[in-house]
Formats: sequence, structure tokens, C-alpha cells
Amino acid sequence: MNPIIRFQNVTKRFGALTVLDNFNFEVQRGEKVTLIGPSGSGKSTVLRILMTLEPFQEGLLEIDGTSYHEPNGRGPFKASEQHLHKIRSNVGMVFQSFNLFPHMTVLRNIVEAPVAVLKMKREEAESRATELLRMVGLSDKKDHFPSQLSGGQQQRVAIARALAMRPRVLLFDEPTSALDPQLVGEVLGVIRDLAHEHDLTMLLVTHEMRFAREVSDRVCFFDKGRIVEQGEPNRFFSNPQQPRTREFLSSILGEQGAPRESLKRAP
Amino acid sequence: MMYGYAWDTSTPLTFALSILPILGFGLLVTLQAAAVGYAIALVLGLVLALLRRSRIKAISWTVAGFTEFVRDTPLLVQLFFLYYVLPDFGIVLPAFMTGALALGLQYSAYTSEVYRAGIGAVPRGQWEAATALNLSRLLVYRDIVVPQMIPRIVPALGNYLVSMLKETPVLSVVTVLDMLGLANMIGERTFEYLVPLSLVGLIFLPMTLICSALIYLVERALPKSGIPLR
Repeated sequence: MNPIIRFQNVTKRFGALTVLDNFNFEVQRGEKVTLIGPSGSGKSTVLRILMTLEPFQEGLLEIDGTSYHEPNGRGPFKASEQHLHKIRSNVGMVFQSFNLFPHMTVLRNIVEAPVAVLKMKREEAESRATELLRMVGLSDKKDHFPSQLSGGQQQRVAIARALAMRPRVLLFDEPTSALDPQLVGEVLGVIRDLAHEHDLTMLLVTHEMRFAREVSDRVCFFDKGRIVEQGEPNRFFSNPQQPRTREFLSSILGEQGAPRESLKRAP
Repeated sequence: MMYGYAWDTSTPLTFALSILPILGFGLLVTLQAAAVGYAIALVLGLVLALLRRSRIKAISWTVAGFTEFVRDTPLLVQLFFLYYVLPDFGIVLPAFMTGALALGLQYSAYTSEVYRAGIGAVPRGQWEAATALNLSRLLVYRDIVVPQMIPRIVPALGNYLVSMLKETPVLSVVTVLDMLGLANMIGERTFEYLVPLSLVGLIFLPMTLICSALIYLVERALPKSGIPLR
């Protein structure tokens, strides 16, 4: 079966700095992949390129068989709005800082794009939004504004908002990094539930190693714009091969050694 | 005698009271000019600000050049230009429209900078979230950016309203009969300038004060996080 995501020799530079260097990476349909690594290693950039928030300079990128380049050879960021629209219709993203729209209620945040972009009927969109809110445990908050919610609640709304667009690929960019420790668990609980959806492909950038081990099919360790090591999580964490991986894991697991309250299931 | 009202120059007070109704007609013109000019400035300013952000360099540079030119040349010069030069190109507008247009153009250059700052102040994450939800550029502006920038720009836009109101007397130089124009005519006929001119100044004061108060009320009434347009 064709991979749903395929990076082929992608190079991404910010000025003189090369963030991704001849990067090759494939993700299968329905696969749950966790990207870990030190900051600046390029893992968030992979997600941002997939979401068309960043251009890349060289190489090819395909999502579900559609190239980010237009057939006439124009680059991914000179592509027309229609082409970008087509690419983005496959992908959704959850951000570190939630980025809910502060001037809209929770319900409106979720309903806005399905109505405006997918041309869904408002009643239908609202009933689906209500369903999604129930799934993330926030049925009672639909008429609240984002500023009235805790960080964990905001992030759960952001997940519901992304799901409302029915993406095939859902990207999580450090979804719990901006949260107070006691709020991490409720967000991880929602992501864990999503990981059971067979058709949904998930890419997750996180520093929560135990969680990565628990939910992902594959863990990729990034360093300096390349994937240094990857594998099935149990093998990856118990028996890392590369010295760089061992070094990183011991530094980060040293902090996260004890079982964390946050990893318990959200209510 | 103007507009059917005769003046009584026996004492300053009776003079002032007798010309008040005449100046009232001028006040109406002043308010109309400010209203039309401000409406032009609000709409055209937004259009200019958005065009200036266009990805097409030819458009953004042209608009930037136009804005800077209008901002950096005197209103009076622009007014004369529109009044005396446009007819050479076959465009003949009534004096009032020319005046309101000049005010609107000048202030649209100012308001476009306010809008530009307002757009720039919307956090990057908002744009990214909107992009991730596949909203088109038009929808991002309409549903996300403009609603959030409104509360931020109301104070600055309000200042320009007051400032424009105070500049409307310039229109009298192109024969618009606003308050100043009428006061001037009364002066020419009665050889009494002190009372009519003072009166014009006195009428402006409460107007601008009321304007500032209204803006303050609007500012307070708007939710800080923004107002959905639909």
C-alpha cells in the first residue's frame, strides 16, 4: 500500500541554517508516529511543512498521492490557493499554544471551518461539534469563550476543532508543552482515545516519553535535521542502538523516570 | 440677511444669537462633510491596508507609494488639486463632494496605517490555526483577523474622527459653505469678525468633546477579544 505521507530528499533551510537535510520519511495510512529529539532538531518543522505553514527548498513531498508541488512544476509555496486548499483538506493540526479564536465561543470555534470551508449546514455542523465536545469531555462548555477555560480544556477544544474538518492526518505539535503539569493528563487522555481510530494517521511531537511508548506504532529520533534512529517503541526505548539516542533518552528519562500522575486516564 | 435670518449687530450678544441659526446651516454641512469623509476613510483605509499586504509586488508597492504620498503632502494642496485640476480631466464634482473626497483620501492614508498595525498585532498563531483549518485568505481576514483587530484600533480611529472634524473648515477655501465659510461671509457683510469666528470655535469645542466621549463609550462596550462579523 502507498504511504499516505512521503518526504523524498526534502531540504529545508532558514537562511543559512539547514533545518532538514535531504530528509526521507514515510508514514503509512493509520500509523501513529511520535517524533522526539532535542529542540531545533527539525521535528516541528516536519509538521509545519506538512501543514503548509513553511515552505521547503528542495525535494518532493506527497500526501495521499498529491504532490505539494503543482503539476506545472511551481514550488509548494508558489502553488495556487486551490492547490494549497486541496493539500490542506487532508491535514489538521493541534498547536502547542492552542490558538483558539478568542472572539468566538467554543461551539463557534469548532463550527466555523466546517460551515465556511466544507459548506456544511450550520445545524449539522453544530450537532457534530456537540458530539466532538462530548468526546473530549466538554459538553457543558460549548457556550464559553476560550478565555474562560483552563489550558487543558482549551487544548481539548482545539483537538475537537481540528477533528471537525475530518482530516486523514492529524498533527500534534507538542500539545502538552504549554500546560501546567496537572492538566497534561486530560489532554493525553483524549489523544490516547484518538490513537484507537484505525483510519486516522497521527504524527505527534512530544517530550512525554512514556506516553509516546504507550500510543505510538513507531518512534523517530531526530537530531540535526535527520532521523538518527527509529523503531517500534518497546524496542526503541529498551534497546536504543545509536549513542546519540541513548544520550538523549537518558537525559530526558532521568527527569521523567517516576510514573507520572499525568499519565492516568482523563475522567 | 442669510437663509432668511437677519442679524442684529446692536450688542455682541444679540449679534451672536441672531447669527446662530445661520451657522446652524453651516454646522449641518460640517457634519455631513465629516461623515462622508470619515466613511470614505474607514472603507478605503481598510482596502489600502489589505492591498498593501498583497503578495503581488506591483500592487503592494503602488499602494505603499500612494499612501506615503498622500500622508506626506498637505491636505490643502490636495484639496486645491482635486478642485482645480480634476475638471481639466473632465471630472467635475460639486465643491462639497470634492471637499469630502479630499478629507476621505487624506484620512484613508492615516487609517490604513492604523489597520496595518491592527492586522500586524493579531498573533501569528491565529493565522496558523486558520490556515490549518483550510480557511481561504479572504475568510481568514473576514472571520479571524478583522474581528480581532477592531477593538484594538477603535481608539486610534476615533482620534482621527475628532481630528478630521476639526479640519473640515478647510473646505471653505473651495467655496463650501460650512460654518467657517458662513462666518466669513457674515464678517464680510457686517465688518464684524470677532463674534462670528469666536462662535465657530465655541461650537467646535462641545462637538469634539461629545465625539471623544462617544468613542470612549464604544471602546468600553466592545469585547476585548474581538467581535465576530457574522
